[in-house]
Amino acid sequence: MEKPVYYKTKKALANILTHSFLLIVAAACVLPLLWMVSSSLKTQATVFSDMSLIPKVFHWENYYVAWTKGGFDKYFFNSLSYTVVVVVGIVFITSLAAYGISRLKMPGKNIIFFLFLAAMMIPIPGGFIALYALLNKLGFLNPNTGYAFLDDLIRRLGYILPLVNQGLALGIYLLKISFDNMPSDLEDSASIDGCSKLGIYWHIALPLAKPAIAIVIIFNALNVWNEYILAMLILQDKSLMPLQRGLMVFQGAHITQYPLLMSGITIATIPIILVYVFMQRQIISGITAGMAR
Amino acid sequence: MQKIRVRDITGNYLYVLPAVILFLTFHIYPFINVFRLSLFRWDGLSPVMQFVGLANFRDIFTASPEWWFSMWHAFYITMFTLIFQNGLALILALACDRAIRSANIYRIIFFIPPVLSGIVVGLIWQWIYDGNYGLLNYWLEKIGFGYLSRTWLEDPRTALTCVAIVHMWKGFGWGFIILLAGLQSIPRQLYEAARVDGAGAWDIFRKVTVPLMVPVFVLVIILTILNTMQIYDIILATSHGGPAGHTEVPITMILHSMRDYREFGYACAQGVVIGVMLLIVSFALIRVSKGVRQE
Repeated sequence: MEKPVYYKTKKALANILTHSFLLIVAAACVLPLLWMVSSSLKTQATVFSDMSLIPKVFHWENYYVAWTKGGFDKYFFNSLSYTVVVVVGIVFITSLAAYGISRLKMPGKNIIFFLFLAAMMIPIPGGFIALYALLNKLGFLNPNTGYAFLDDLIRRLGYILPLVNQGLALGIYLLKISFDNMPSDLEDSASIDGCSKLGIYWHIALPLAKPAIAIVIIFNALNVWNEYILAMLILQDKSLMPLQRGLMVFQGAHITQYPLLMSGITIATIPIILVYVFMQRQIISGITAGMAR
Repeated sequence: MQKIRVRDITGNYLYVLPAVILFLTFHIYPFINVFRLSLFRWDGLSPVMQFVGLANFRDIFTASPEWWFSMWHAFYITMFTLIFQNGLALILALACDRAIRSANIYRIIFFIPPVLSGIVVGLIWQWIYDGNYGLLNYWLEKIGFGYLSRTWLEDPRTALTCVAIVHMWKGFGWGFIILLAGLQSIPRQLYEAARVDGAGAWDIFRKVTVPLMVPVFVLVIILTILNTMQIYDIILATSHGGPAGHTEVPITMILHSMRDYREFGYACAQGVVIGVMLLIVSFALIRVSKGVRQE
């Protein structure tokens, strides 16, 4: 009778140890973020003295100030519009290409596919220098059409197009696999009913690829929302900057205004965390799918 | 009939055309151009480019200790990350693989830092490390280690390690997810069979888990090296490469060459040097792992 009890306590002890370890690490993950939110609700006067995690008074007006005077309204809508435009662009361009590569007759299509995959694997640490030079040469950086709104549009496009390019390889890879698994009798019966190739792509292939499309959307949305280096190199006008760039500009200009800076960081972080919590299943399955490569 | 088919196939290429055009313009062309530009002296603006052959590379290898210091810094952070981040990730993955309840909640929490941007993470931690008002000094004071407090990111002795810790905080959840997925793909019967044969936990780990996980380990190691050697946003948001260049890394050096000195050719040569080194290391690791698996 002694043995089972011994084993039980040993197992219980191991469980307690495991859980407390996991809890400590989880707390280390969350605490800096709670600290960020808590600091964003303090004032310039209390933020350096009141180190408690729950502020005594909640100064929500910091968010109002950051939003209106700190320029985070512009940064936020810029980030949002860049993200939406880039992601929509990627979904259409990669799904068309993946559909072509997967289902249509096209000599040399395997070479195209292989090129995209190879590009995904080879790092180019200096790539942004050549990209900057290219955008400059193509006139995206200093457009001069005589119309301010058109100039702005061209500048934005100079940021959007390279980001669309960044999402191509992963999108084509995931969507091609998804289209490869599409049953071909569906396709045949649709074409007998008089459906064109484009119609089959739109009405049959795309709806069937929804899970893969969800992964493409999430990963690229995260990538664009968090992008910094290209925005730093090519967007010098505050009215065009996305959040990450805006945060660095704000920090450079108001180095000690921690409550406002933390409000800005919270504004930049909340959407990401919301998307993540709602989509974590797809995100994790996407990583596991990417591993299979 | 033949004509229709040819036109049909030509039409099919329209599907890949937008992707291929974007890809050739914004990926392949810059990729090739990095190599071409590395042979020139160019300020990035003037139409005149001076061909200098391999002079940029000669300068990097013989006359640029700062560059190799930056490589050493990135290497230090990489080793730190490989050992501590991946060690932690593996322990956590093993703990969660033991079918404990609420594993899913841990999984969600551990993966929050990886989805944040390097800028956001850097700015939060830059304040935690702050010498005057930072959270770290405050807590050290509270638990009686006040004598340890310092301006963490401005002290040459601590700055690099502090940055490495931030990088690790942001990255371990990502290694954890991959390792856990790998662990969960191991058939449970193998463990049971080993247990029936009388193997202890350590033996099972060594003889069953590790051999099956080698490909996953190699994947994590390669991705860690590629990610960490090219670290920049956390550095820009915390230490800006300071104090006195003690946290400069290759990408921030390339940015200096490009923006501060306007030496685009030299910056490209620096990019080629680290890019080729990373490629060699990745291939070597893949080779080694194949050798291990065959044994």
